Amino acid sequence: MTAVPTPGGTPAAPTPGSPIVTRPVRPRWRETLGLLARDPTAAIAAVVLLAIIVVAIFDTAFASQGPNEQDIANRLQSPSWSHPFGTDDLGRDILARVILGASVSLKVGFLSVGLALVVGTLVGLLAGFYGRWVDDVLMRIMDMLFAFPAVLLAIAILAIRGPGTSNTVIAIAVVYVPIFARVTRASVLGVREEVYVRASRSVGASDLRLLTRHVLPNAAPPIIVQTSISLAFAVLAEAALSFLGLGTQPPNPSWGLMLAEGNEFINRAWWLAFFPGIAIVVTVLCFNLLGDGLRDVLDPRQRTLMAGGGR
Amino acid sequence: MTATSLPAAEPVLEVDDLRVELRTPRGPAHVVNGLSYTVGPGETVAVVGESGSGKSVSVLALLGLLPARVATVTGRAVLQGEDLLTMSSDRLRQVRGPGAGMVFQDPMTSLNPVLSIGKQLIEGIRAHSDVSKEVARRRAADLLGEVGLPDPERALDRYPHELSGGMRQRVVIAIALSNSPALLIADEATTALDVTVQAQIIDLVERLQADHGTGVIWITHDLGVVAGIADRVLVMYGGRCVEDGTVDDVLEHPAHPYTRGLLGSLPDLAQPLVDGRVPDLTTVPGLPPPPTDLPAGCVFWPRCPVRSDPRCETEQPPLAVLSPGSGGLEHRAATWCESGADR
Repeated sequence: MTAVPTPGGTPAAPTPGSPIVTRPVRPRWRETLGLLARDPTAAIAAVVLLAIIVVAIFDTAFASQGPNEQDIANRLQSPSWSHPFGTDDLGRDILARVILGASVSLKVGFLSVGLALVVGTLVGLLAGFYGRWVDDVLMRIMDMLFAFPAVLLAIAILAIRGPGTSNTVIAIAVVYVPIFARVTRASVLGVREEVYVRASRSVGASDLRLLTRHVLPNAAPPIIVQTSISLAFAVLAEAALSFLGLGTQPPNPSWGLMLAEGNEFINRAWWLAFFPGIAIVVTVLCFNLLGDGLRDVLDPRQRTLMAGGGR
Repeated sequence: MTATSLPAAEPVLEVDDLRVELRTPRGPAHVVNGLSYTVGPGETVAVVGESGSGKSVSVLALLGLLPARVATVTGRAVLQGEDLLTMSSDRLRQVRGPGAGMVFQDPMTSLNPVLSIGKQLIEGIRAHSDVSKEVARRRAADLLGEVGLPDPERALDRYPHELSGGMRQRVVIAIALSNSPALLIADEATTALDVTVQAQIIDLVERLQADHGTGVIWITHDLGVVAGIADRVLVMYGGRCVEDGTVDDVLEHPAHPYTRGLLGSLPDLAQPLVDGRVPDLTTVPGLPPPPTDLPAGCVFWPRCPVRSDPRCETEQPPLAVLSPGSGGLEHRAATWCESGADR
């Protein structure tokens, strides 16, 4: 660690003989990003994900042809310059559809994990902090959700609510709520007993304050890791549900749906299923690698190790 | 602050027959058994005893900081006219801070690692007075200056890991003092610090006490510290007060065999050398009794080197007045031991 003056902060005026260590005041998240950048796998995964997200946001700008534009004369064209990923059985451009599929997959992934994160974290926070009957009631409900196989539960929810993108979001969120609740609760149970929580209570901090300022931030690292890993599974789950015809409905593209559509032509036109498949693999892999990287960086013991032995 | 408005004789804290029982897998643990004492304004009461004697639990119980699902607290603890043990949780939250502040043993764990020092100080200030962030921040900086932290303005933006142990403990004290409490509870506040820092912290507390008239409960097992700062001493063993009185009475004329054991385990540098060597220190043999299984008679009986009275094993000795004591404070000890107060 170099002792450079605080960037952007008050001009560093070291008081003579000050026993305070003159170290740059670096917010924790900046330190986290710095450490993450030193882990090449996680850094590459983050960059690739960022690229996918940018492409998904500006979807139409990257496609030469509308994703639902049919061109029957040019059906089942193999990859070429005008159609880099080829065309499908209705002459639609696969690249355009993969790109639009990215925005669907990521939207479903982020929304469902976001929903599960909010609800699950709240449940875990309350269960872990208050314990006793609150814990019992909330966690038994979570256990009930856990008792169903994940995909079966999602299929059941979609069967009840009917297929479609927004219902897919809800279905995947319901599957992930108990996971977030458990991770949060376990983390909170450890933090709850910390002296600083008791110390803060001893100056009259309210429960709300204890939860939001002291317990949650210190319990966050495993939750962040879980978010990244859950995003991978949510993208996969969306693909699986769409493949089964329960998620995104045609003619809208989705990676899972495209796999299902390409399935029929797999012997004659491999590119129909290959490119959406690759998109799924790359996205899921990157979320997982990023999650692994975050886990290493956010683990306090590893953190000191890495910060101390850095090159 | 608030203490000065009270009549001088009115104690800040009056604890009467405090009992704490913890539910454990091995049955109920009687951790504190009928503790009574008072703390006057500007007075320092030292609570001494070895680990497991119930010192920390007895003060955590006062502020309701023990987990309610395992602890049962009975008795009375009147802080400035209000019973802490029966008040509502909302009122208790208002009292924590302006009524009583607490300094914990280990400064390494009593600050939140993800919040800056300033945020943690401001939190305590804003919990009790409706002031803007800017005002609270200025007051926080003043407090840090008062506890002797150099460059308080900049220290506000530092994180706990950037400060040394002594600095952190000053911050913890500043937080405890942020609402000018009538009572300051220091739970082994200097145990984790080295002796020079310890001396600075003690000086600091004494100075603040003189300025604000704060009553102090100082929990420690270090009798050297006790002799330095305390007005009166309360010796705890097995969750009971076995001896109390002024610091001079207790340290100069210990009556209870346990107090003598504690004092005997301290090196006395004024003592003449025996054959050119420092005489061996005495120890108190054995371990304190488990709070789940306290002896029926005197709690110290199983380890007592001088037990002779037949009542020792069967009957609990009452806290008997030995002498009127100096400064109007009685010197009391709970022992059947008749061998007198003097060694």
